[in-house]
Amino acid sequence: MSETAASIDDRHLYGLVAEFESVEELEHAAEKAKSAGYEAMDAYTPYPVEGLDEKLGMKPTRLGWVVLLAGITGAILGFGMQWYSNVVFYPLNIGGKPLNSWPMFIVITFEMTVLLSAFTAGLFMLGRNGLPRPYHSIFNTPGFDRATRDRFFLCIETRDERFDRDGTRRFLEDQSPVKVSEVER
Amino acid sequence: MAVQAGRGGLIETNRVIGRGQTSQGIDDVVNTPVLSDVKRTPLWWWIGFGISLSLLGVYLISVVVLITTGTGVWGNNQPVAWGMPIINFVWWIGIGHAGTLISAALLLFRQPWRTSINRFAEAMTIFAVVVAGLYPILHLGRPWLFYWLLPYPNTYGLFPQFRSPLDWDLFAISTYASVSVLFWFIGLIPDLATLRDRTDNRFQRILYATLALGWNGSAKAWQRYQRAYLLLAALSFPLVLSVHSTIAMDFAVSQVPGWNNTIMPPYFVAGAVFAGFAMVLILAIPLRKALHLEQLITKRHLDNAAKLMLATGLIVVYGYAVELFDAWYSGVEFEKYMAYNRVLGADHWWAFWLLIAANGVAIQPLWFRSVRQSPLALFIISIIVSIGMWLERFVIVAVTLTKDFLLSSWGDYVSTFWDWSLYIGSFGLFGTLFFLFIRLLPSIATTEMKELAHHDAHHGSDSFEEARERYYGEEARA
Repeated sequence: MSETAASIDDRHLYGLVAEFESVEELEHAAEKAKSAGYEAMDAYTPYPVEGLDEKLGMKPTRLGWVVLLAGITGAILGFGMQWYSNVVFYPLNIGGKPLNSWPMFIVITFEMTVLLSAFTAGLFMLGRNGLPRPYHSIFNTPGFDRATRDRFFLCIETRDERFDRDGTRRFLEDQSPVKVSEVER
Repeated sequence: MAVQAGRGGLIETNRVIGRGQTSQGIDDVVNTPVLSDVKRTPLWWWIGFGISLSLLGVYLISVVVLITTGTGVWGNNQPVAWGMPIINFVWWIGIGHAGTLISAALLLFRQPWRTSINRFAEAMTIFAVVVAGLYPILHLGRPWLFYWLLPYPNTYGLFPQFRSPLDWDLFAISTYASVSVLFWFIGLIPDLATLRDRTDNRFQRILYATLALGWNGSAKAWQRYQRAYLLLAALSFPLVLSVHSTIAMDFAVSQVPGWNNTIMPPYFVAGAVFAGFAMVLILAIPLRKALHLEQLITKRHLDNAAKLMLATGLIVVYGYAVELFDAWYSGVEFEKYMAYNRVLGADHWWAFWLLIAANGVAIQPLWFRSVRQSPLALFIISIIVSIGMWLERFVIVAVTLTKDFLLSSWGDYVSTFWDWSLYIGSFGLFGTLFFLFIRLLPSIATTEMKELAHHDAHHGSDSFEEARERYYGEEARA
């Protein structure tokens, strides 16, 4: 059940990873780990699992607020650009319209709002997830290629205060995983 | 494999996803053709790609001739200054609406059937927008100066004319194109990671690992990912509606009888969704057969797409009626003559009646379930609709301009060889990109399908499906 990889010394240990066959087993183990007091842990799944972040004790993301700010910035920039060029920089009488003919500026203002907020949403998500990132310790887990296929992994990292090489291994093995592996940093 | 025995012979499944699909199964069905060796690429792919590539050659020659000679090679002239380039631009960009609409709107409405068709529909959208976006640039006559439309610091001390719908177009289309690419790529990242982990080939491993950006599927990453994806969907939905509305305003803001009409934006958007779903069906029907995806793109998907096509088609027909009513009700002589010229005018009456036949009459069989579930019938209807939507733009753009205010400035529009070669060649550009897409990237969002399969198997989303099956009594009990 467990893999003997005693060659990894403590300094180079990233964490202990348990591999599960089903979402339910992973969710159960996550809840158990949370109530056992573990905090520095993460789960790796082939598809998003509803509510798993809460079970692992994660805070909600602030992405929405950042995107809102970006959208407001986009709207101000978009409208400001048109207002400045038509009212301040180069006032020109077009068909007797007022210089600040704001209804004509709505389309570009809208497009700029969407452009800035969409790219903020996408890039902020990638940036906060640390992507692009060619190397991550979790990829050293034996059989981790199935994390994008049909297996579910729970990793308790060594930086957790309660981490204890043997105790944590015993805890994970109690959650009926397929196997528990030690993962090199 | 893909069919089940039932009443009336062999009937394919009606469910959103075939019964008993597993993560491994979805993975293998979708990714095997992508990861297979070059030598094992099927013959149909080489034939399709070869034809597309030769048409792309036609496209490039037409562009070279256009740029070296000038826009005089086209049939555009006074009074019809907007001929085939603009007709084809509107046609292609209309097609480029269904993909983002499927991905964004159906995600927000929590429609599970979007999942298996969204990826290739988004790809279709992007390629159609690429093709469409090149038309207005080529139409400028001096395409190398297109950046004059952008607000950039320049020695002339000038800004573009922000009050002009033509500049709105630039912002709308470039925003739409870039946000669609972003939405598509973000959606692809977990699938690229799946490919990275499945392949044995060194070249593929480097390619997909680079594109996947190091995705590892951690719960925290998924949390941010899902929020970002939802926000992108919420932003894309109004964006889709704004793009074709803006294009409609290119027409509606002018004074030309038949263009200066408040119904144009919603009517154009409905037409775009209509044409877009027709193209989704034209691509989906052969694709599911060729890649053996019948358990993932089921008859239910075809049925739903056909329903949406019928609904938007009826909105478009309503638009035709309102246009004619407005012309009469306005009491404006020129508007009334425009309507008469479109419907009964000596030169182009056939175009109007053909488009009514294609967009109004040919979609009526879609009221019947048996037609909506027959891939062959849907394929034929979708092609007729695509032709009909081209004719609609022909009538709106070209026929309207032939006879407007002054008798002395009436004229006719005759397209030229280079008009047609550029149009036919544009299918080459679209086809080349699409064939490369289905060979190199998964045409179905495997990650989302796994989620759907999980829900399907565990969370009893079946009750509705089963009620549906009982009602229709078509699918045999396993």
